[in-house]
Amino acid sequence: MTERKIVIPGEMIVKGEDYLPGEGTEKRGDEVVALRYGLAEEVKKLVKVIPLSGVYQPRRGNIIIGKVERITFNGWLIDIGAHDCAFLSLTEVPRYVNKDGLEELMDLGHMVVAKIWNMNKRGIDLSIKSRGLGKIDEGIIIEVNPNKVPRVIGKEGSMINLIKDETKCNITVGQNGLIWIQGDKVENELYAKKAILFVTEKSFMDGLTEELKKWFKENKNE
Amino acid sequence: MSKEFKRQDGRKPNEMRRPISAKVGVVPNADGSAMYCSGKTIAIAAVYGPKKMHPQHSQNPEKGTLRCTYNMLSFSVADRIRPGPNRRSTEISKITEWALEPVVMLDKYPNRVVDVYIHMIQADAGTRCAGINAAAMALAHAGIPMKNIVSSIAAGKLDKTVVLDLDKYEDSEFKEGEGSTDIPMTFTPDGKLTHIQVDGHISKEQLKEAMNMAREACKEIYEVQKQALKEIKE
Repeated sequence: MTERKIVIPGEMIVKGEDYLPGEGTEKRGDEVVALRYGLAEEVKKLVKVIPLSGVYQPRRGNIIIGKVERITFNGWLIDIGAHDCAFLSLTEVPRYVNKDGLEELMDLGHMVVAKIWNMNKRGIDLSIKSRGLGKIDEGIIIEVNPNKVPRVIGKEGSMINLIKDETKCNITVGQNGLIWIQGDKVENELYAKKAILFVTEKSFMDGLTEELKKWFKENKNE
Repeated sequence: MSKEFKRQDGRKPNEMRRPISAKVGVVPNADGSAMYCSGKTIAIAAVYGPKKMHPQHSQNPEKGTLRCTYNMLSFSVADRIRPGPNRRSTEISKITEWALEPVVMLDKYPNRVVDVYIHMIQADAGTRCAGINAAAMALAHAGIPMKNIVSSIAAGKLDKTVVLDLDKYEDSEFKEGEGSTDIPMTFTPDGKLTHIQVDGHISKEQLKEAMNMAREACKEIYEVQKQALKEIKE
């Protein structure tokens, strides 16, 4: 099976004893059955289902953009659009913060770029210890369907790099579907937003990077 | 089975209402949504979640909760019905939950809830079945892990004849002989029953006959649901 196909829950993907059930699948007898709606893919006998819709599923290592929802005595609760609230601990902040003034660094409603460094039953733990992470001060944030994020980034970042070059903006794509655009002019930021929305609208097309190049030629930023 | 028996709309005893059609992704703001039509009955289902359960005291730390809300819109029938929840809609909401619960896998979402809102925009009997069909597709569209998709249809008995998919006249106004019996049922594609209700009298043999009839019909409904889910392009 080389071509990916859409499967629905309960549908048999492949038959055969030697296949391994991966994410979103289950083995029933000698059949591998899909457990969720999405694209079925088989690589080296490992079968999995890539989701096409639904809410964002957090994973360890994901870079996400979230909103501060609550301040506790030792950190911040961040809404990342997943089914669970995420926690950013004070110990995961790379600089000194006064324990009585957590809101001085980040207050309610502030946006933050963070990384998921741990996930367990109790919740999701975030960190802002690496480069490029931290509070967002300027720019605009747009929301797209989290399942379209891979299309926005493209193969090895081809799509997002094209948008960055054409619009001269700094763009951070959160895996949860929030995208932070920061440029020196508002016009450039809005231009980048338009380009990203074009990608998400046409996300089912093949050769989308070429299509976007054409779009940039036709829709110049005045 | 008596061959002479004539149904009011000319259908054969084992014939369901047509056209049956389905569409997925009808509510853009929902995480998953679907529409299911059979004859004059049209149901829309929208799924939200998994999200945090509120109020907190109804959270279940063992597994996630499925919460269905069935609602008939005031213009769905010929004479306006009073909007808002009532005894009947509360019952159907609960029945829908029970019909879907065996297939949805919410063990990985403790303290969470998946909300399913079912709205009937046009009602002509068989609304709970249409609602379940739409909800099953909407749940799949929302990316909720499920063992299978369920399909639902009613069978029943008119006087002495076992028939499939009763319409409004047959369900509520048919009074000849023994009258009418309505049996809504929900099946998985491999023929397992997840929900059955009986409204009226029926013998053991005829119940079996009705179940087999409904089981066959559900296969066709399943194909419609499958087709609808495979066609969406966003």
